[in-house]
Amino acid sequence: MRKQVKKYWWKILAGLLLLYAIIGGFFIRVSVEGLEVAGESMRNIFYHVGMWFGMATMLVTGFIYSLRYLRKFDEQEDIRAVEAVNVGLMFGFLGILTGMIWADFTWGSPWVKDPKLNGAAVGLLIYLAYSILRGSIEDTQKRAKVSAIYNIFAFFLWVVLVIILPRLAGESIHPAGGGNANTILPVHLPPAMRLIFYPAMLGWILLGLWIYKLRVQLRKIKLIIDNK
Amino acid sequence: MSGKEVKYLIGKEIRLELKQKYVLNGILLYLVSTIFVTYLAFDRIIDTDTWNSLFWIILLFVAVNGISKSFIQENPARHIYYYTIASPQAILLSKVIYNLILMTILSMFSFIFFILLMGNMVINISLFLTTLILGSLGLASILTMVAAIASRASSNFSLMAILSFPIVLPLLGTLMKVSKSALSAAQWSGNYGFIIILLTINITVIILAYLLFPYLWRD
Repeated sequence: MRKQVKKYWWKILAGLLLLYAIIGGFFIRVSVEGLEVAGESMRNIFYHVGMWFGMATMLVTGFIYSLRYLRKFDEQEDIRAVEAVNVGLMFGFLGILTGMIWADFTWGSPWVKDPKLNGAAVGLLIYLAYSILRGSIEDTQKRAKVSAIYNIFAFFLWVVLVIILPRLAGESIHPAGGGNANTILPVHLPPAMRLIFYPAMLGWILLGLWIYKLRVQLRKIKLIIDNK
Repeated sequence: MSGKEVKYLIGKEIRLELKQKYVLNGILLYLVSTIFVTYLAFDRIIDTDTWNSLFWIILLFVAVNGISKSFIQENPARHIYYYTIASPQAILLSKVIYNLILMTILSMFSFIFFILLMGNMVINISLFLTTLILGSLGLASILTMVAAIASRASSNFSLMAILSFPIVLPLLGTLMKVSKSALSAAQWSGNYGFIIILLTINITVIILAYLLFPYLWRD
C-alpha cells in the first residue's frame, strides 16, 4: 500500500489540486484592476490558462521524444512523441473552446481577429497536419522517422508563431505577454487569486501527464496485441 | 561535403530544369494565369491591403507548386545513385540554393506581371525588393524541407499544401507586414525588427533542415 502511494502520489496531487482549483475558482471573489471588462468571467483564468500550460508542456514533451527517437530509433520513443502531441492537441482544442466562451462574455464575440488567437489556431493546424502525415505513411519505421523530423521542424516554427510573432504584432486585445496596454501577468493578479492560479496550473499540467501516461500504456498494449 | 559537390549538384539541377523546359514553363504559365484571373476578378484594386494580400497569396501558391516537385521529379533509383556519391548535406544545400534561384526568378516575374496588370502601389521599392529576396529564401528553404518530408509519404499535392501552409505562416505573416509598410510609407525605420525576424527564421530553418535532412535521406 505504501509503495503504491509512493508511486501514485502525483496523481493524487493532481486530483486534489484540480478539486481545489474548481471549488476555489468558483467561490473566490474575483476582480482584477485594469480588466474590469472581464467581471465575474475572470474565474476562467484558472481553467483557460491551464489548458495553455498543459498544451505547451505536452508539445515540449513531444519535441523531446522526437529528438530522442532520431538518436536511437526506438519505437517506444515514437509512441511517446505521438501521444504527447495528441494530448497537446486535446488541450489546444479545449483552450480554444474555453477561450471562445470567455471571449463571448468579454469581447462580445467568440472569435476576434487577433494575432494571439490566430497564432493558436494555426498552431493547431500545424499539429493536425502531423496527424495527417502519420496517417499517410504505411510503414511503421518510416512513419516514425518522417513524423519525428516533421515534429522537430514544426516545433520551432510553432514557437515563432505563438510566442514571438504575437509579441511583435503590436496591437492585441488578448492579455498576457506584450502588445497589450493593460497587460495582465499572473504576478499582477490579486494575492487571493494567485493562491488558486499557481496550484491550478500545476494541477492541469499533472493531469496532462496522467492522460499522456495512460495513452502511452494503452498504445503499448495494443502494439503487443498486434505483434502476437 | 564540399563546395565543389554542391556546385556540381546545382549545375545538375539547372541542366535538368533546362532539359525539361515544360516544367518551368508550366509554373510560369500557372503564375501568369493566376494573376490574370485576379485581374479579371477585380475591376480595380484601390486599397493597398488587398493588393498586398493577393500578391503574397499568389506567390505562396506559385512557390508550393514550383518546389513540390523537388524530390519527386527524378526517379527513386536515381536517388539511390545520388545517395552513394554525394553527402546528404550537399544534396539539401544544392536543392535549397537551386530553389532559391527559382523562387527569386518567379517572385521577380510575378512582381513585374502583377504591377503590369494590377497597378503599382509600392512606394518603397528597395524595401519591397528586400522583402521579396528574404521571402524567396524563406519559402525556398521551408518548402524544400517540406517537399522532402512529403516525398517520403504517399506523396500527393494536398499533403504538401497541408504540411506547408501552416508552417509557412510565421514567415508569410512577417513578410506581409514588412511589404505592407513598403506599400504605405517611404521610410525603412520601424521595419528593422521584422527584417531581423525574417533573417532569424531563414537561418533557423536552414540550420534545422541541414541537421534533419540526413535522417530523411537515409531511407
